[in-house]
Amino acid sequence: MNALALYGRYVVISLRAQAQYPAATLLLTVGHCAATAIEILGVFALFDRFGPIGGWSFGEAALFYALVNIMFSIADLLTRGFEVFGADFVRTGAFDRVLLRPRAAALQLAGHEVRLSRLGRLLQALAVLILASRLVPIDWDAAAVATAVWAVAGGVALFVGILVLQATLAFWTVESLEVVNVLTYGGVQAAQYPLNIYPAWFRRLLTFGLPLACVAYYPVLAILKRPDPLGAPDWLLPLAPLAGFAFLALSFLAWRAGIARYASTGS
Amino acid sequence: MQSVRPYLAAFRTRFQLMLQYRAAALAGFATQCWWGAIRIMVFAAFYGVHAAAAPISLADAITYIWLGQALLALLPWLADPEIGQAVRTGGVGYDRLRPLDAYGFWYARTLGWMLARAVPRAVLMLLAAGIVLPLVGLGAWAWRPPSGMAAALLFLPAFVLMTALAAAVLMLANIVVAASLNERGVNAVLTPLVIVFSGSLLPLDFFPDALRPFLHVQPFAGLVDIPFRIYFADLGGGAALQGLALQAGWTVVLVGLGRLAMERMMRRLEMQGG
Repeated sequence: MNALALYGRYVVISLRAQAQYPAATLLLTVGHCAATAIEILGVFALFDRFGPIGGWSFGEAALFYALVNIMFSIADLLTRGFEVFGADFVRTGAFDRVLLRPRAAALQLAGHEVRLSRLGRLLQALAVLILASRLVPIDWDAAAVATAVWAVAGGVALFVGILVLQATLAFWTVESLEVVNVLTYGGVQAAQYPLNIYPAWFRRLLTFGLPLACVAYYPVLAILKRPDPLGAPDWLLPLAPLAGFAFLALSFLAWRAGIARYASTGS
Repeated sequence: MQSVRPYLAAFRTRFQLMLQYRAAALAGFATQCWWGAIRIMVFAAFYGVHAAAAPISLADAITYIWLGQALLALLPWLADPEIGQAVRTGGVGYDRLRPLDAYGFWYARTLGWMLARAVPRAVLMLLAAGIVLPLVGLGAWAWRPPSGMAAALLFLPAFVLMTALAAAVLMLANIVVAASLNERGVNAVLTPLVIVFSGSLLPLDFFPDALRPFLHVQPFAGLVDIPFRIYFADLGGGAALQGLALQAGWTVVLVGLGRLAMERMMRRLEMQGG
C-alpha cells in the first residue's frame, strides 16, 4: 500500500469513529465555528467605528481574515498527531511503536485523529470569503483563483511547519509546549489584519522570521491587483507563498535531527 | 447559621493545589503577552487613523488590554473541569454526603480554581506591562495605575464583584455539565458568549452605538467592561456606583438561578461509575 492510500485509510478510520457520535460531532463543529467566528466581529466593529485603515476597507481586510483562517483550519486538520506529540507519544513512550512500523513517522502522526470539528473554522472562513467577495469587487479570474489556491497551499505548509517544530521540541522537553500556540493561534490573529498597519519591526518578523505575510499579505495584494504600499515589486507578490514551503522543509530537517536523537522514555 | 470554615477550607485547598502548576502559568503568561502586544498594535493603528472616533483614549485602551490579559483566567469561559470528572466518576456522591450546602461548597472550590489560575499570571503581567515596559522606555505602551484615588477605591469592590459574578456564571455552567456529563458542549456555547459580551474581545463601547443600551445592562458586562472602566475612571461617581449595582444585582440573580437549578439537578442526578 502506498503512503497516500495508507493515509486515506487513517482518515477513513477517524471519520468512522466520529460517525459513531453524529450529534456530538455536529455540535462540536458548530461550537468550533462559533468560537472562531467571533474574531470577525471584532474586526468588523473596529472598521465600523474607525473607518478604513492603511488604504484597506473592511471587505478587503475580511479577505485576509478568510484566507488565513482557511489555511490554519486545513493545517489544524492535518496535524493533530504533531500537536499532541509530546504528551501522547513521547512522554508515554508510544512513539517507540510508531518507529517500529515500516512507515514514515510523520505520515502516521498526520493520520492520527482527523477531527471533523475543526471544519468549523473552515466553514466560517468560507462564509467570510463569500462576504468579502460581495463587499469588494474581487475579479475572480483564473489568475486570482490560482493565486488564492497557491497561497492557501503555502499557508497550510507554513502552519504545518510550525506544528512539526512544536512536535520536534518535544524530543528535548518531553512535553507539548503550548507556548507554540503563540505562533499558531497568535499568527492567525496577527495575519488577519493587513501587514502595513503594523510597526516596522513586526512587519519584518512576519516576513522574514515567521513568513505569514508571504502566504497572506502579498498574495492578497496580487489577488486584488494592487501594488504593495510598502514597495515590494509586483512580480514578487505571487511568488511569496514559496516561503511557506521553505519553512516546512526546514521544519522537517529539524524533525529528522530530533528523531535521530530520540531516546525512549522507557515506559 | 452554618460556619464558613468548611467553605474556606475548600477554597484554600483548591487554590493551593492550582498554584502548583507553574509551567502552565508561565506558558499562559507568555501567550498573553504576545496576545496583548498584537492587540495593542492593532488598536494603535486604528487610533492613528481616526482617534476621534474612539470612545476612550489610546492610553486607556492599552490599560484595558493589559488588565484583560492579566485577568483572563477570571473569565468564566470554561466550566470547572473537576465537576465534570466528579460526576462521571461518581465522586460527586461524596459531595452529596457532606453536611454542607452543595452550592456553596462547589462555589468555593470553583472560586479557588479561578483565582489560583489568575493570580500568578496577573502578578507576572503587572511586572512586565506595568513596571518593565516603562523602565525600558516603552511607557506609552504600559499598563497604567488606576486614574486617581477614587478610581482605585472603586475598583476594589468592582474586582470583588467581577470575581463573584464570574464564579456565579461558572456555577451555572458547572450545573449544566453535571446534568449532561460532558463539559465540551457547555464550553462551546459559553466561550464565544463570554468573550464577546464581557468586553474581552473589544471594550463594549467599540461595538456599533445602536447596541450600547443592550450591551451595558446584560450580565456579562460586569465581568470585564464595567470594572475596567471604573479602573481608569471612564465610569466615575454615580455611573461607577450604577456599574457596581449592576454587577451585584446580576450576581444575586445568577446565584439564585444557580441554587434553583442545582437543587433540581441534584434530585435527578444518577450516580455514575462504581
